[in-house]
Parts: sequence; structure tokens; C-alpha cells
Amino acid sequence: MIDLTIIWAGIIAFAVAAYVVMDGFDLGIGILFPRFPVGRDRDMAMNSIAPVWDGNETWLVLGGGGLMAAFPLAYAIVLPALYAPLMAMLLGLVFRGVAFEFRWRDPGHRRFWDFAFCGGSIVATLAQGITLGALLQGITIEGRAYAGGWWEWLTPFSLLTGLSLLIGYALLGAGWLIWKAEGALQAQARRMARWLLPAMLVAIGLVSVSTPFLEAQYYQRWFEWPGVLASAQMPLLVAIVGFLAWRAIRNIGQKGGRDWMPFFLILLLFGLSMIGLAISIWPDVIPGRVSIWEAAAPERSQIFMLIGAGVLVPVILGYTIWAYWVFRGKVDEAGYH
Amino acid sequence: MFESFDALFLARAQFAFTVSFHFIFPAFSIGLASFLMVLEALWLKTGKGVYANLYRYWLKIFAIAFAMGVVSGIVMSYQFGTNWSVFSDKAGPVIGPLMAYEVLTAFFLEAGFLGVMLFGINKVGPRLHFAATCMVALGTFISAFWILSVNSWMQTPTGYEIGANGQFLPGPSWAAIIFNPSFPYRLVHTVIAAYLTTAFVVGAVGAWHLLRDRANPGARKMFSMAMWMAALVAPVQIFAGDMHGLNTLEHQPAKVMAMEGHYQSHPDGAPLILFGIPNSAEKRVDYAVEIPKASSLILKHDADAPLAGLDTIAEDRHPPVGTVFWAFRIMVGIGFGMLGLGLWSLAARARRKLYDWSWLHRAAIVMGPSGFIAVIAGWVTTEVGRQPWTIYGLLRTADSAAPLDAPAVAASLLAFIVVYFAVFGAGTFYILKLMDKPPEPHEEAVPTHGPVRTAGITPAPAIEGGQP
Ligand code: HDD
Ligand code: HEM
Ligand code: HEM
Repeated sequence: MIDLTIIWAGIIAFAVAAYVVMDGFDLGIGILFPRFPVGRDRDMAMNSIAPVWDGNETWLVLGGGGLMAAFPLAYAIVLPALYAPLMAMLLGLVFRGVAFEFRWRDPGHRRFWDFAFCGGSIVATLAQGITLGALLQGITIEGRAYAGGWWEWLTPFSLLTGLSLLIGYALLGAGWLIWKAEGALQAQARRMARWLLPAMLVAIGLVSVSTPFLEAQYYQRWFEWPGVLASAQMPLLVAIVGFLAWRAIRNIGQKGGRDWMPFFLILLLFGLSMIGLAISIWPDVIPGRVSIWEAAAPERSQIFMLIGAGVLVPVILGYTIWAYWVFRGKVDEAGYH
Repeated sequence: MFESFDALFLARAQFAFTVSFHFIFPAFSIGLASFLMVLEALWLKTGKGVYANLYRYWLKIFAIAFAMGVVSGIVMSYQFGTNWSVFSDKAGPVIGPLMAYEVLTAFFLEAGFLGVMLFGINKVGPRLHFAATCMVALGTFISAFWILSVNSWMQTPTGYEIGANGQFLPGPSWAAIIFNPSFPYRLVHTVIAAYLTTAFVVGAVGAWHLLRDRANPGARKMFSMAMWMAALVAPVQIFAGDMHGLNTLEHQPAKVMAMEGHYQSHPDGAPLILFGIPNSAEKRVDYAVEIPKASSLILKHDADAPLAGLDTIAEDRHPPVGTVFWAFRIMVGIGFGMLGLGLWSLAARARRKLYDWSWLHRAAIVMGPSGFIAVIAGWVTTEVGRQPWTIYGLLRTADSAAPLDAPAVAASLLAFIVVYFAVFGAGTFYILKLMDKPPEPHEEAVPTHGPVRTAGITPAPAIEGGQP
């Protein structure tokens, strides 16, 4: 008998991962936005994500909605526990989402909406990183409910994860622009990536070093047999991918440089980090507190949704790829008209 | 400012505030997406430039409204957990899958094709572009389908079992959950409401430009289309509303008693209270203007049929009467107002004066926002009328809330109020500015965005606007 709960944990993890990489690069462009010169460069950076940001953000809705459907108990405990950062994230997403339209509509206030776009992206990213940190360090639970205070999430560790995600998304954004932009904008994205990449590697290192000491469970995972096998490999893999990414970024604009390469290597770095997280957390849905089986919805709910997800997720991926394909190639500033 | 309120009240206020704001945008974009689909279909079929121009004119407005709908909607999907965590834990196994289906079938569809709809006119060719428009329109409808099924299940729960840990669990048949008794009525009534809301906005914009220039072909076309909708669909909506009310009488009698202001039972024919001031302390309606026996006639189709009142229901199960009573009258009043405008436009049409009667145009402008008011009033009727329950008869609102500290909710509520009024106020202002410009013979597409050069592909012929 296949364990549906594990399948659903996989689906939710997939949704979250899809969200992180897809909305990651467009939030990243928001984070870097003020560094681009006003005018053509900013317009191009914005244009490169305008047709896809909504679809990217929908993965966040699937992550939240899917959690409620597949692991209602986790949804009910985690959301009140992270009330403040989640509210900040939602409000940040409001600002940056409307900025896509508003900045074109109101040239007189374009500076304000550019600021809203950047500020909203930064707030949303920090909040997501803090959320991750707060979950990793553990939340107070009594019975079937959250029982901590509304500031419990705020610790040095959660601030570290917040900052790390900020660096990571910014790097993804820079990688995306290296791929999609040309000329001055591309050159600038490359310069940014050159210092963001080392910063990201440092951040990965810091988070990895502090995580095992948060909870005995993580410590055992990483330093006892058989987890130690993975712990030995992960830093090595990260170092290799980091080095390749560094070379790919350096080669942009030179002979043999490939514009798409840095973005995909950065994605790989994200992938490795997420695998690392999964090793720490598995098989919990609230790390160290509630396992996926404790929080799982009944089988009838799981089966009903699995039918839908099995058919629809491939279809969604299909037309999402098509939409990206329609807007393939480099952006430029010339309009459609 | 919020010290005297408890976390439950604040959570309710916050949910009501954010969902009311959210619903304003879908009410408009469900209708507008379909309107755009019709315009593009007409353009493809007839090749007349006026349709292409109107398409582009409304597309710019749609883009703004849709963006606001999306960001306010994302807030909603998290509010269930942040503010109603106990409810989410208990009802999650039943309503969670429905909302997950909404994401999978509707939100991705809308978002995936929206980019092509807004920025892809020159990239994919007219037919594929039309397909994208259709997908977005279909997505808005599917979204309404699922979320209204969820809401209806909370109003008229069926098909569930109660688990050992107090959770609501799905029974053997999902159809019994999805197609719960009030769902068909609520779906029909709400989707028609979205169409009417859009029609009255379009009509008002047409009328506004007709007052300035009666010859503007775009203004004439949109005004005429909108007035057909008003004349044909408003009566259908009144009929649908009546059916909806009869269904509610069957499943949620206390709500109908509050709507009607019936504190007392009427053993031989209940009066229809047109206006009055509900007085819950004294359990009567002050200054009532009544039509004897009419309520029994409407609700039971028999003037002398007995009708029970709130006196038959335990006090701790009464909804707040005043709000429900007034919200209901506002909605019904607007419904008849819409019908009136529709009939007036028919009279003008019969005399071939549709584009000439400036008082008709002025009235259409006044009625422009009426759909939004009716929609919110309708929801207030529905949601306040089901109090004190979140899952009708089974789970009380007071037992649904998250264990939050009042200051946390107060702070977020305040932030939502400030941000929503500022951001959505600005968006509304931009929409009004766009509406103030007359539709031109050569409307531009959505601005400056997103041009992406594709090597090796000749741009497919753009939708070309010309003279009508
Ligand atoms: C343009 C919008 C609009 C208009 C003109 C009307 N309604 Fe409505 N009404 C709605 C938009 C709406 C709504 C927003 O769509 C509601 C809220 C929830 C729902 O199911 O539909 C609603 C709810 C609602 C309910 C509550 C049902 C329940 O909660 O169980 C009743 C009884 C009616 N309506 C009846 C009417 C009647 C008799 C109307 C005729 C004049 C009318 N409505 C016009
Ligand atoms: C979109 C239009 C909607 C509007 C304008 C609306 C309005 C409201 C209002 C005014 C309240 C507060 C009632 C009170 O506390 O007295 C409320 C409560 C609530 N509504 Fe709705 N609602 C809408 C749609 C929905 C939908 C689609 C759902 C379910 C999926 C829903 C679920 C709830 C819940 C859970 C509460 C909180 C519990 C409660 O106070 O009853 N609402 N809504
Ligand atoms: C409390 C209940 C509700 C929740 C949780 C909710 C959730 C959401 C979310 C998350 C989005 C953004 C989707 C995206 O990312 O593209 C959204 C948009 C949308 N919602 Fe809601 N929604 C609620 C009520 C309603 C109601 C009552 C309707 C219609 C009857 C509705 C119709 C739509 C539509 C058509 C959109 C697309 C955006 C737009 O048209 O403006 N929603 N909603």
C-alpha cells in the first residue's frame, strides 16, 4: 500500500520549491530594483517578469491552500504562530503586485511605485525567510493549537534566515537578468551577481552550521550514521556548484559564456539548500513538533485531491512552460506598438 | 483605539473588511473577462475595428482590476489560517480540498494565460490570443464555482461525518459536499451579480462619453451592449434572488426571519415589511410600513400561510437583525433600480433615442457603482444572517477563531485598513482616469510592458483597430 501522506508531503514540498525558485527570481528583481538606473533599465527589468509574476505567485497560494487541504492541523498551528511575519508578507505582496500596473499608469508617482515594488519585495522576502527560521527553531504547541506569544518568531536565527533568503533571491534575480537582458543592464546584473554569490555561500554556511544545534533531531540527522554520509557530501557539492556558478558569471560577455548558465547553477544551489532542509525536517511537517502523519487529512480528502493534482499539475506545468516560451528570448524596451 | 475589543471581534472585523474588499474586484473582473471575450469574438467574427478598440480600452482597466483582485485574494487564502485556525483545523479536511481545486483549476489557469492576454497580442496571433482570453474568463468562472461551493457548504453543510477528534471529515460522496443544497442558487445568483455589476460599469462609462460626444462609436457600442444586459439580465437576477431566498427559508429560516424583520410568528399570513427600524431589545420593528400578508404570499405562495418568527428560535441563535434587514433592502432596492433602468433603455431603444436621451445617460452614470453596493449588501445579508455560526448549526463563530492576542489582530487590522484604502484607492483612481478618456479609434494596448523580441519569428498580425 502506498502511503498517500508521503505523496502529499512530496506535493506540498514541490509547490513550495516551485514557489521559491519562481517567485524567488521576480522578488529578487524587486530587491535589486533601486540599483538600476531610472528609465530604460528599470522598465526592462520590470518587463522581463511582468507576464509571469502572477503565475509564479500562484504557487504560494497552492502551498498555503494545499497545506490546509492535506495537513489542516499544520496549517492551523503554523499560521497563527507566524502571524506577524505572514501579515507583513501579505502586505508586502500587495504593494509589489499592484506596482506592476500602477507604475505605468501614473508617471508622476512612478518613483513612489518603484519604491513600493522594491520595499514590498524586500518585506515579503524577509518575512518568508523569517518564517522558515522560526519553523526550524521550533514553535510552542499545546494540544491542537499554537500556544506561544506573538513575538516568539523573532530570534537571531530567524533574522539570519531572513537575511539569507534576501541574498538568495537577489542572486536569483541577478541570474535571471543576466539571462534575459542585454547591454548595460546585463553587465550590471553580472556585477551584482559577483558579490551576491559569495554572500549567498556564506549565508548557506552560517545557516547550515547553526541549524544542527537548534534541535537534537537535526543534530542526530547530520552527525550520526547514516546522516553523516550526506553531511559529508553537502558542503562539497555546494562548493562545486558555487565554483561553477562563479565561473559562469565571470564568463558572461566573454567567448564561451552562456547567458542562461548562471541562473541554472544558482537554481541548483537553491535545490541543494532545499534538500539539506528536507534532511533536517523529514518526516515532520512542523519541524520537531508534528509529523506529517499526525497532521494529515483523512484518506478520502487525500485521494480526492490526488486525482486532481495528478491530472492538473502536469497540465499546469505544460501551459506555464508555454507561457514562458511565448516570452522567450531577450527583453528589449521597444513596445508592441 | 481598539483596547475595548476582544480578539474575536477584531478577527471578524478584519475578515469582513478584507473579504469585502477582495470581492469588489472579482465581482468586476468575472464580468469584465467575459465581456472582453465577447468583444474579441465579435472582432474576430466581424473584423470591425470598433470591437478591437473596445477590447483594448477595457483590457487596460481589466489589468488593474485583476492585479488588485489577485493581491487581495492571496491575503484571503492565508486569513483562514491566521484568523480562523480552529475552524481550519476542524473543517480543513472538507473545504481544504475544494479550495485546493480552486487553485489548481482556476488560479493557475487565469495567471498562466493572463500574461499572454495582456502582453501577447503581437506574439501569438489572434486566434491563440482569443483562446488565452477565453481561458482567463473561464478561470474566473471556475474560481467562483469552487469558492462559492465552499461558502455554501458552510451555510448548508451536507455530506460530512464527524471524526473522533472533532474534525469534520468527508463522507463517501464528494458530490454531496460540493453540490450542497444552497450552492446552485448561490452560484447562479452571484455570477449573474458579477455580470450585472460589470454591465452597469460599462454602461456608465458609455453614458459618460455619450454625454460629451453622441457620435463616438465606441461609446455607443458599449452603452448599447450594457443596456441589453440590464434589460435582459436584471429580471433574471430578481427571479434568481427569489429562488435563493426560498432555498434559504428551507435551510436557514432564522436568516430569512432577520431579513424580513419577523420577530414574532404570524399564524395567519405574515406582512411584508417594506421599511422600518428593527428594535431587537423590544423585539419589534418600529415605524414599520407593511403590506399585509405579502410576505407569506412571496415565501409560501399563499397569503394566509402561517410563518414562524424569531420567537420560535433560541435567543443565542439569533443573527443580528438590524444589519441583515437593512443590507437585504439595499440589495433588493438596487435590483429593482437596475430593472427600472433596463426598461427605460428599452423604451428609448423602441423610439430610436438610445443615444439621445441625456437623462437616461445621467441615470446610467448614477447607477454605475450600484452593482458593487448590491454585491456587498448581498454578502452582508448572507454572512451576517448566518451568525452566530461559521458552519451553520454545527460550529459557532466564537469557537472558530485563532488563539491570537488582541493587539496583534488590532495592529494587522489597522495596517490592512490603511494599506487597502491607500493602495486600492489609488488603483480605483487610475481606473477612473482611464474611464474618463473616451475610447479612441486607435486604442493602444496595455502600455510599455513587456516587449520581448523573439528571434526568427515574424510577429503575427496584431489586432488592428480601424474605423468601424
Ligand atoms: C448585482 C448584485 C445583486 C442584485 C441586484 C441582487 N442580489 Fe441578491 N445577492 C447578491 C447580489 C445581488 C450576492 C452578492 O451575489 C449574494 C450574496 C451571497 C449570495 O449567494 O449572493 C446575494 C444574496 C442574496 C440572498 C441571501 C441568500 C442567503 O444568504 O442564503 C437573497 C435572499 C437574495 N440575494 C435575494 C435577492 C433578491 C430578491 C433580489 C432582487 C431584487 C436580489 N437578491 C438582487
Ligand atoms: C466575497 C464576498 C464575501 C463577503 C463580502 C463576505 C462578507 C463577510 C462578512 C461581512 C462577514 C462577517 C460576519 C460577521 O462576523 O458578522 C464574513 C464572515 C465570514 N465569511 Fe464571508 N464574505 C464573503 C465570502 C466568503 C466566502 C466565499 C467564504 C468561504 C470560503 C467566507 C467565509 C467567511 C468566514 C469563515 C467568516 C468568518 C466567520 C464569521 O464571522 O462568520 N466568506 N464574511
Ligand atoms: C474568503 C474567500 C476567498 C478566498 C480565500 C479567495 C482567494 C483568492 C486568491 C488567493 C486569489 C488570487 C489568485 C491568483 O493568485 O491568481 C483570488 C482571486 C480571485 N478570486 Fe477570490 N477568494 C475568495 C472569495 C472569492 C469569491 C467569493 C469570488 C467570486 C465569487 C472570488 C473570485 C475570485 C476571482 C475571479 C479571482 C481572480 C482575480 C480577479 O478576478 O480579480 N473570490 N481569490
